[in-house]
Amino acid sequence: MSEEKNSIPKEELFSPKNKKLLIDPIGKDNPITVQVLGICSVLAVTVQLRASLVLAIAVVAVMGLANVIISVLRHGIPPRIRIIVQLTVIASLVILVDQVLKAFVYDVSRQLSVFVGLIITNCIIMGRLEAFALQNKVWPSFLDGIGNAAGYGSILLLVAAVRELFGSGTLMGYQMIPNAFYDFGYVDNGLMILPPMALITVGVIIWIHRHRDRALVDVS
Amino acid sequence: MSNRYIFIYASVMVIVVALVLSTAATLLRPLQERNMRIEKMQNILSTIGIDASKAEAIELFEQYITVAKVLNHLGEEIEGDAFEVDLQDENRKPVEERQLPLFLAEVEGESFYIVPVRGNGLWGAIWGYLSFYEDMTTIAGVNFDHASETPGLGAEIADPPFENQFKGKKIFDQQGNFKPVTVVRGGAPADDPHAVDAISGGTITSNGVTAMMRNGLEVYKPYFKNQKEL
Repeated sequence: MSEEKNSIPKEELFSPKNKKLLIDPIGKDNPITVQVLGICSVLAVTVQLRASLVLAIAVVAVMGLANVIISVLRHGIPPRIRIIVQLTVIASLVILVDQVLKAFVYDVSRQLSVFVGLIITNCIIMGRLEAFALQNKVWPSFLDGIGNAAGYGSILLLVAAVRELFGSGTLMGYQMIPNAFYDFGYVDNGLMILPPMALITVGVIIWIHRHRDRALVDVS
Repeated sequence: MSNRYIFIYASVMVIVVALVLSTAATLLRPLQERNMRIEKMQNILSTIGIDASKAEAIELFEQYITVAKVLNHLGEEIEGDAFEVDLQDENRKPVEERQLPLFLAEVEGESFYIVPVRGNGLWGAIWGYLSFYEDMTTIAGVNFDHASETPGLGAEIADPPFENQFKGKKIFDQQGNFKPVTVVRGGAPADDPHAVDAISGGTITSNGVTAMMRNGLEVYKPYFKNQKEL
């Protein structure tokens, strides 16, 4: 077996190119702040950090697996129905994730309620299948999927942390703002828990991101 | 690629996916049902102030819930398994045909009457359990849950700060008239025994709770009145 492996000049698992696939989407090619995809779920789930965290993990799992499956099948998928095939793969994975959550971590699945199902509608996943996994080998596709999901998840967590901290005074459900603040008349900002503030928070993150990385400014 | 290939590809894909998903669903079904039953027990127990962990829920349920019976709309006991009654089905039937579950609990010598309620929130079903002291009027504790209310907004009905407001509230006024607890937008007066504060940003869910309290408890009114007179 090892002989077979050696006969093909093999790329390192974490070659610079592969690393780039994993790292870029977290920073300068972030699906949310640079490509501005997947905004809808960011608006919906970022009221609390805990739900965002589980959703981020679920998206990593679905996206990694979906990219791998599509990449494995990429030579056989008829181009005319490729979108349908992609959707079927994503939808099946999401249903599987939902079932597994219900069977093994029931409380978490109760908390996430509708949002697991909404992963299907996350345009980042199909975007990566279409743009990357259909043309690339399995391992790079896997990294690309994980990277993009992590990029999505990191923004999700950032927005959720801001909204939960200022909207409810808690993080992960634990009180963060000391009671003394409330005694002095500090009030949680009720606007923070309403969806428009997610959009504004994402906007501010995009602003800061572009301010720090000037190369992004003219791209879009 | 020919149409033939596309058809075959699509058919095979659908069959494979269907097989995988139905296998997963069938295999995981018993685990999921067990989780649901345990959750239901935990919810019922929490209304009488017993915090049961997953592992001990079944044992504690058997220990504290002494009687489980099914009532009809006149408050008479009829045959049936109270734990298995599905309120979703019952609420579709005319009042005369409904099965109304009732659980009696005994905690340190004190008796509690626990009834389930079910209604609609903004996106889907909401439901809950209410426990009453022996006067059949005062709420000892509640537990609410929901299928798909918005996290941070309507979903807060399932959180202790909202649920704890119901403790000590009354569903009959001093003249004995049925007056269920309403959820009041903008804040309920502190001394009103029939009102609690609504959730900001969760108005429709809050209204759903009000309606659920009224509709869910109304059917038990005959039984409660009979018990009060005893």
